[in-house]
Amino acid sequence: MIREFGLIDVMYLIAAARWTIALTAVAFAGSAVLGLALAILRILPIAPLRWFSATYIQLVQGTPLLVWLFLIFFGLPLAGISVNPWIAAAVAFSVYGSAFLGEIWRGALTSIARTQWEAGASLGLSLAEQLRYVIIPQSIRIAIPPTVGFLVQLIKNTSLAAVIGFVELTREGQLTAAGTYKPFAVYITVACIYFAMCFPLTQWSRSLERKLDVAR
Amino acid sequence: MSLVEIQDVSKSYGTNQVLKGVSLDIAKGEVVAVIGRSGSGKSTLLRCVNGLEPVQAGTIRVNGVKVNDPATDLRRLRQEVGIVFQSFNLFPHLSVADNITLAPRVVKKQRPDEARAVAREVLARVGLEDKLDAYPAQLSGGQQQRVAIARSLAMRPKLMLFDEVTSALDPELTGEVLKVLESVAQEGMTMILVTHEMGFARRFGSRVVFMHEGRIHEEGQAAAVLAEPKTPELKTFLSAVLH
Repeated sequence: MIREFGLIDVMYLIAAARWTIALTAVAFAGSAVLGLALAILRILPIAPLRWFSATYIQLVQGTPLLVWLFLIFFGLPLAGISVNPWIAAAVAFSVYGSAFLGEIWRGALTSIARTQWEAGASLGLSLAEQLRYVIIPQSIRIAIPPTVGFLVQLIKNTSLAAVIGFVELTREGQLTAAGTYKPFAVYITVACIYFAMCFPLTQWSRSLERKLDVAR
Repeated sequence: MSLVEIQDVSKSYGTNQVLKGVSLDIAKGEVVAVIGRSGSGKSTLLRCVNGLEPVQAGTIRVNGVKVNDPATDLRRLRQEVGIVFQSFNLFPHLSVADNITLAPRVVKKQRPDEARAVAREVLARVGLEDKLDAYPAQLSGGQQQRVAIARSLAMRPKLMLFDEVTSALDPELTGEVLKVLESVAQEGMTMILVTHEMGFARRFGSRVVFMHEGRIHEEGQAAAVLAEPKTPELKTFLSAVLH
């Protein structure tokens, strides 16, 4: 039965977009926790930890996100761990995102002059205290614009979760297109909804970049 | 007993040996000026004293504690050894008060009001009590360096190291920093200064140490060494910096 592509479908698409937002939020949180750990491991004066972090980042950045999705969704059940699309997507996106955030944040941390570490150390601060009170607060300013940029990439990339049956905006679009035979209208609508989510973020990132530039 | 005992210390960066068996004892209350050309190893020696740079041979003791020993708690040592850098190295994201109170609060676990009282007191000693809530970027170079000295004083160190603290300042700003150094010296602080300020070394240095090519080339009572250098290297150096 072919139905028309109407306002109700648009409403369904918008409703599905909240799953895109939910997946983005969970993936961002996971990426942030893992990414911060990776960034810190990468700058510690302990070689094996640095290598571990560098290898992880290289490995993940050198493999497609889609492969990670398949690996976790179809691979883990073979090892006896059953995963639903939600968990598979959240894990895959966290793994993927942590490698990028780890690299972005490592760059921000290393952009702080070595003399700031020395000043902290000379006052008796431990390595963790130097990071917490001196280095991280200063690097946040530098890290914010690229982090928002990454968030925009993440929103768009969550569309890949559609391939493992996670019903978010793109998957809902596929279903609607199949039901209405109006793929052009449907996907234009989908594109507009993605744009409506990403555009404000891009603008925000730009304005942050300008502000932080002026402050230098 | 000497407060600082440096015995036969050597240090290399790769194949470049920057310290070649340096020995130096500093008594409590002494003000020692270390002079020498750039590259003579004087800043490196200073940075070895608080463990910022590791040494390859010899021993450094501060207040009886061996600095270059993996078992030594460098954090504890550094609470007793203040250092002030050429480039100030204030924390730009923190106010003057927070710059000064950070280590007392975090390392010495002082209460915030207690730490703030200390901050007021040390800022008064460097003549900047009105800058408590300013940010480093709002201060002149001379004021920033005085805050850096105050930050160090707030930890109540037994020894203070000064690494060319006036070298990054415009000439008209060095005076205010030297005045602070003088008052710290008069209060009886043990100080090691790497400096190009010969006038200051003459008036306040109980001793001058001239370093040349990684060794202590000449040392002695400040006025005498500067007035009558014995080695040709020191003569050349002095005539270069005094003219």
